[in-house]
Amino acid sequence: MRSNILRHNFLTALLLGPATAWLVVFLVLPFVAIAVFSVGERAPEGGYQAAFTFAQYANLPARATAFWNTMVLAPAGALACLLVAYPVAYYLALRAPERWRLILLALVVIPFWTSLLMRTYAWMYVLGGRGIPALLTYVGFEDIRLINTPGAVLLGIVYGYLPLMILPIYVSLERLDRRLLEASADLGATPISTFLGVTLRLSLPGVMTGFSLVMILLLGEYLIPTLLGGGKVFFIGNALVDLFLQSRNWPFGSAIAITLVLVSVVVLLAASRISTRLSGARRVDLI
Amino acid sequence: MRAFVVAVFAFLYLPIALVVLFSFNAGRHASEFTGFSVQWYGKALSNPFLVEALKNSLFIATTSALLAALCGTAAALGLARVGARTRAVFDALLGAAIVVPGVVIGISTLVALVQLFGVVNPFLASLWPNDQPPRLALGYGSIIAAHGLFSMALVAMIVGTRLGSLDRNLVEASSDLYATPLTTFRSIVLPQIMPAVIAGFLLAFTFSFDDFIVAFFVAGAQTTLPIYVFASIRRGVTPEINAIATIVLVASVLLVVLAQWQLRQRKPN
Repeated sequence: MRSNILRHNFLTALLLGPATAWLVVFLVLPFVAIAVFSVGERAPEGGYQAAFTFAQYANLPARATAFWNTMVLAPAGALACLLVAYPVAYYLALRAPERWRLILLALVVIPFWTSLLMRTYAWMYVLGGRGIPALLTYVGFEDIRLINTPGAVLLGIVYGYLPLMILPIYVSLERLDRRLLEASADLGATPISTFLGVTLRLSLPGVMTGFSLVMILLLGEYLIPTLLGGGKVFFIGNALVDLFLQSRNWPFGSAIAITLVLVSVVVLLAASRISTRLSGARRVDLI
Repeated sequence: MRAFVVAVFAFLYLPIALVVLFSFNAGRHASEFTGFSVQWYGKALSNPFLVEALKNSLFIATTSALLAALCGTAAALGLARVGARTRAVFDALLGAAIVVPGVVIGISTLVALVQLFGVVNPFLASLWPNDQPPRLALGYGSIIAAHGLFSMALVAMIVGTRLGSLDRNLVEASSDLYATPLTTFRSIVLPQIMPAVIAGFLLAFTFSFDDFIVAFFVAGAQTTLPIYVFASIRRGVTPEINAIATIVLVASVLLVVLAQWQLRQRKPN
């Protein structure tokens, strides 16, 4: 009996060992490291010098523009995604012909699992000088600049993250009990009040899941603002790349990274609080 | 509503279609299609830097996805054997590995490894009095480890979900019929979770192959395909990049379709 328990425990440890080591060495320890770095000082030649000061955090306003852009464009991008995604998810879940549903859904998912770099690059191509602007000039408009603007970044965000927003909304709409819609109509509700009172309301957990997923990913976004914002619309991610790889101010970068993680945690907690209140959070499979 | 949905699908696929179309353009320009040609594919595949980056990416993606599939599956099996509290801690860590932004994973890995190398390298040097001592540095190892972290968590979650829906009656029947635990695992559990493991591997491969930001921080002197493409894009959009983009897009689509197909396999005999 005793040897059985020992064997059971040994096997469990053996199975969990590699994953635990990985998580500790490449997630927990690195996180502790940047937490320690964030209260340190920049060494004269760059890098880190041991200290205990909150000066790095006090210096956060120096990168206020990056924070401001991220804090405005991330929610705006997520909202724009939502506005485009909802009708698509609604159509796929409740209106699309049965035999088309899975194919259409696959068509939504495929772009999400293909390279974001390549998909963003496609828009550089379309919005760049030889793309739509050339077409507009041909038609008669002069001096149209589309790329390297906040609008281009917003467009790139919607394009990049749309599938991630459609999917959870689709899942919650698909699970919706259709008898509720009939009941609502039988009880004399107009289509609009059925939509607002039943459909929309019951899909809110999916909306929250999609919104918070997209928000979290956008907070750390680097490629879209770099390629479509052209160095004018920079995000926190751009500030981090600059601080760690160019100016080598590791302590300040660490303070920004810690702040970014804290903001992400707050967003996630707020989202899960709201979802729970809306009607019990549901797990959503993303693949 | 249908018109709107059609417009959204066009929005999703038109830019991709343009890149694919112009990768076959005979001319250099994006605004006019001057004839069909595969010359840019030839140019891309005879560019030694690009081929090197492609090889690096394939090696890194294969290794990290294999490691992630092995460790993630083991973790999912192990998690099914532990108490609720241990499980909750583990699930939180796995969730963190997935949710923490790539930039943060990249910089924290960079910072931690550079510190570690700063301690280990002098120590190694003190052990090798005469010869050139081995030096740990950023490179393949650090990219594989950083990619594997996310992928392993993903595999653990996918396989864990599959284990949760496993038919327990079969497992019990197997041991009632005096099969050893190993036999039960080999002939009952493994075949049922295999599609999830393969799907996890393929998604991990796709993620690693596509990842730019994590590799950007921890690559050291190595170049991966996304890093190469990113650098080229910043120098200007070229038809050669269109050709690479097309190859990568087609490859990722094939992998994802394969992964989805694996996930939907119910009984793989």
